[in-house]
Amino acid sequence: MFFTSEIFIIFLAAVFVGYYTVFRRWQWQFLLAANFVFYALSDAGNLVYIAAAIVTTYFASRRMARLNAELESWAAANPGAAKAETRERRAAVKAKRRVWLVLCLIVNLSALAVVKYAGFAIATANGVRAAFGAEPFQMIDFVLPMGISFFTFQSLGYIIDAYRGKAAKGESFFRLAAFVSFFPQLIQGPISRYSDLSGTLFAPHAFSPEDFREGLFRALCGFFKKLVVADRLFAAIRALTADPAEYPGVYVLVAMIAYAVTLYCDFTGGIDIAIGVARALGVRVAENFNRPFYSVSIADYWRRWHITMGTWFRDYLFYPLSLSKPTQKLLKLTKKTFGPKLGMRVPVYISTAFVWFATGLWHGASWNFIAWGVANGLVIIISQELSPVFAVVTKRFGLGSRTWWTAFRVVRTFWLMSFLRSFDIYANVGATFRAYVSVFSGFGASVARLSAEGLAALGLYTADYVVVGVSVALMALGGHLIHARGFRVSNLPFAGRFALFAAVCLAIVVFGAYGFGYDANQFIYNRF
Amino acid sequence: MDELQTIINILLRLHPDEDFENNAALIDGSVLDSFDILSIIAEINDEFGVSIPPNEIIPENFNSAAALADLVHRLDD
Repeated sequence: MFFTSEIFIIFLAAVFVGYYTVFRRWQWQFLLAANFVFYALSDAGNLVYIAAAIVTTYFASRRMARLNAELESWAAANPGAAKAETRERRAAVKAKRRVWLVLCLIVNLSALAVVKYAGFAIATANGVRAAFGAEPFQMIDFVLPMGISFFTFQSLGYIIDAYRGKAAKGESFFRLAAFVSFFPQLIQGPISRYSDLSGTLFAPHAFSPEDFREGLFRALCGFFKKLVVADRLFAAIRALTADPAEYPGVYVLVAMIAYAVTLYCDFTGGIDIAIGVARALGVRVAENFNRPFYSVSIADYWRRWHITMGTWFRDYLFYPLSLSKPTQKLLKLTKKTFGPKLGMRVPVYISTAFVWFATGLWHGASWNFIAWGVANGLVIIISQELSPVFAVVTKRFGLGSRTWWTAFRVVRTFWLMSFLRSFDIYANVGATFRAYVSVFSGFGASVARLSAEGLAALGLYTADYVVVGVSVALMALGGHLIHARGFRVSNLPFAGRFALFAAVCLAIVVFGAYGFGYDANQFIYNRF
Repeated sequence: MDELQTIINILLRLHPDEDFENNAALIDGSVLDSFDILSIIAEINDEFGVSIPPNEIIPENFNSAAALADLVHRLDD
């Protein structure tokens, strides 16, 4: 069930009514049932995967909770125990907890690996076998269970936190299930932490007109971004990338801009719907974006784009990997070899490269995503190495407070990210590099062609570009009003609110991209 | 030299112009990034022989030099 389908609107209306009336005393239990109805209506055949994630995570967390309880009982019964003995027992319990953690990780990551990466692994192996003239393996194609990357990461975050003793000391099965399967964020995030979501998800929520209004308006903005802008521009991107050789030079830059706008509207649109629907239910979900196109560097961009995924990788992979014993051993070696300054950075850079490789792989089982991830990691490492030089130049010429310097950095970051995003646009590493080359080799001829043919040759009418241009301007204005002026729908008088809701609804109905040629109803991030 | 001053010196090596005696929003104010945090952890390990595990990498422990000194003190016990 896509957010943009009619059945979702009917489902949502039923959830709102039930949540605030008949089931107002059992709200989160009602949501749990709604989550599974949502999943069953969307992907009934794959319910087993989310059920398995919940059951295995619950089982492992209960075992950990029991081990902790046993340790606490022992400590209470032996208040005068020697420090060494207490430490020894703690270490033993930690080792047992680690066994359950590792088992849980193996089971859940294996499920993810099999359904998401088996086809890619077999195709890669067949490529190698073909080079040696061997018979190819039989291909296995799994249908990717809806939201598996997201609910697996939420479950794993939960169990790692339980292992660390940070959260969830033996939570009930049904609460865990409600957290992992919370339907607004099930298919494309945000990726929540139990410690952040549980307080708001399990609290009773009386109907709040303000929350409902704000949530609904946010969701409407999401529909606007998705249906009016993203789905409209998809047609142009399809035309530009169906045969990349047909559209070299300046068309590559046009594709980069179109894809930046499309991806932004598609992904933030979906997240707006998720956060807005949750808010209308009184549940506050973590923000996933913070105006990413205002970023002044790649690192800044990744602090503003898909925030919950970035912090997940940082907290559950980058830090543990960087602080692991092998990395610490390597650190000692590199410090001895390269000196304290460079030596300290080398292991961190290795962790960075690995994390970005994993981030690329998480996005999709194909070489273009792996190349995208590795390229991001490389750019971040190079930026980190060059940061002292930038700091000196910025200080020497007093650039820090100059508006034009900030604007330059914003534009530079946009283009750098656009070039990196091309691995996703062309979905092929070779085609991406050929597109890069064409920007420099075939620029003049392509500009002449674009001047002669115009953008209308890309399958969209001039009116479509006007709609996109006006929409982007409105989004920029809205972003400014919300962030700089603290604008809230609730601050408007009734007539103003009514007019605004009506205008957005009307814009979605009139300008939404429906019908022939506009069939890209699936959100891009649904496939991750 | 006491723990706090040593930690301030470690922080100053990363950001020489920052007021680490008074700034209590080093994470919340985006002064320190994840690279900085790993450098700090490595230097603390060198200076005090204290290992900071991943579960202690939370904003409250890194928001100020004083919070870091408390963390080192707690882990050393």
